[in-house]
Amino acid sequence: MIEFKNVVKDYGNAVLGADHLSVRINQGEFVYVVGPSGAGKSTFIKLMYRDVAPTSGEIKVNNYRVDSITNKEVPFLRRELGIVFQDFKLLPRLTIFENVAYALQVIEKKPEDVQKRVNEVLALVGLEDKAQSFPNEISGGEQQRVAIARAIANHPGILIADEPTGNLDPETSEDIMRILEKINLDGTTVVMATHNSNMVNEHKHRVLEISAGKIARDQEGGGYENE
Amino acid sequence: MSSLTLKRHLTESLRNLKRNGWMTGAAIAAVTVTLLLVGVLLSILLNVNKVASDIENDVEVRVFIERKTTKDEQQELKKELAKVDGVKEISFSSRKKELKNVVGTYGKSFRLFSGDDNPLYDVYVVKTDSPKHTVKVAKQAEKFRHVYQTQYGGTWAKKLFKLVSGIRRWGVIISVLLLFVAVFLISNTIRLTILSRSNEISIMRLVGATNSYIRWPFILEGAWTGLFGSIIPILVVDFSYGWMYRVITASLHSTTISLLLPHTFLIEIDLLLAVIGIGIGALGAALSMGRFLKLK
Ligand SMILES: Nc1ncnc2c1ncn2[C@@H]1O[C@H](COP(=O)(O)OP(=O)(O)O)[C@@H](O)[C@H]1O
Ligand SMILES: [Mg+2]
Repeated sequence: MIEFKNVVKDYGNAVLGADHLSVRINQGEFVYVVGPSGAGKSTFIKLMYRDVAPTSGEIKVNNYRVDSITNKEVPFLRRELGIVFQDFKLLPRLTIFENVAYALQVIEKKPEDVQKRVNEVLALVGLEDKAQSFPNEISGGEQQRVAIARAIANHPGILIADEPTGNLDPETSEDIMRILEKINLDGTTVVMATHNSNMVNEHKHRVLEISAGKIARDQEGGGYENE
Repeated sequence: MSSLTLKRHLTESLRNLKRNGWMTGAAIAAVTVTLLLVGVLLSILLNVNKVASDIENDVEVRVFIERKTTKDEQQELKKELAKVDGVKEISFSSRKKELKNVVGTYGKSFRLFSGDDNPLYDVYVVKTDSPKHTVKVAKQAEKFRHVYQTQYGGTWAKKLFKLVSGIRRWGVIISVLLLFVAVFLISNTIRLTILSRSNEISIMRLVGATNSYIRWPFILEGAWTGLFGSIIPILVVDFSYGWMYRVITASLHSTTISLLLPHTFLIEIDLLLAVIGIGIGALGAALSMGRFLKLK
């Protein structure tokens, strides 16, 4: 569950990053966040995992009050979230297997469990046979699948993705979309900021349109643009 | 922390040391210079302190007897001394015996004063029952007839304690400055490591690694730097103290003064130097970590 109440983020610019945002996303939903560049999509995402702190307002993610969270609690909030970016953020000197395992090792999971779970999630994104490759030996679409595998490795209830298909061609984006929907079908909430109008129009889900930090539209099964 | 995590942190920290090459070398050298000075200063300071307290705790008052005093008069003096408050024991040491001690301590050249040329005095060595009484006993004894003068350790002790506080003041100032430089160099070395791994750190933070988990390899890297920097100072202090101890002790054999025993003192100071090294290393690392782990 994600809940924003009157959230303001003031970067000190002319426009607010978030302007009295109020929205609720229930467990298991699939939500697109759309809007023009600079509208505040990334800000909305970053507020969820406490990459930026709100200027005012209330943010709830599962049982965490993210607006007043302490430094110590942030890692534990993030363990309940899987996070995916446009630029994948893989470690170049680690193999695909190691990249995914890394996320579990640094939160001190048992080695037996790590081994088993990494194989599971690599299978889920269809990359079992690339486990021993390095990031620069696979395509962008494959790298993004690795990033998704890493994001869901710790069984997060929520997956948030900031323009995950921004660097990918339409066909590869389609693959990524199918993987995200598969993950959503298992009960994971998916929140995805995107510019990809075809995708939003073809795979209908709830659409949150943000404009100048405000919610301009909140439409179940809506298109990329308001009809 | 599980042993697996610890192993991972240890290998990571050692790998970073190697990766930073000459910067690691510079940081280790800074620790080495710092600890050399700290080690030498501490050795001197603690020994002067020990000598001063040996002298202070000396309950001996030496009562020099005037030259022309007869045996009877000497016996009379002994009886009077025995009545003084705080006196516990009196023994006689003839001029001959006194000269032997001098020759033993300062060398054979004093032998030419043997026989009638002996310039020394017969002495009553008076032991008091506590160091507190020493001054009073000495002052009272000085007023007795046939007493040429008295000597006790108290005055020396005072001078030595002044010396100790002087050494301590300057030693602390210099040491603190050097420690500061060492911490600064270490924190800069570690900062290089952190920068080269900022990508990994941001991913660790993203997937929910705790700050203490992220910090460990860097703190360990600093601790290694400090530990390696303490090796040369420890060896230097061990060897030179062993040598100094033998030389100085040879000339202290007839006194109640002694230096700190090498086998106990050196273990303590070695441990102390290693601990200080590890401490400033870890501190330097912790200082350079701070801003990378803050929330925006
Ligand atoms: N770290 C920042 N410092 C200052 N201004 C920022 C920062 N991040 C975003 N902004 C501003 O906030 C607004 C929203 O940005 P962002 O959330 O990145 O939009 P989007 O992801 O929709 O393109 C923009 O005007 C942007 O310039
Ligand atoms: Mg953005």
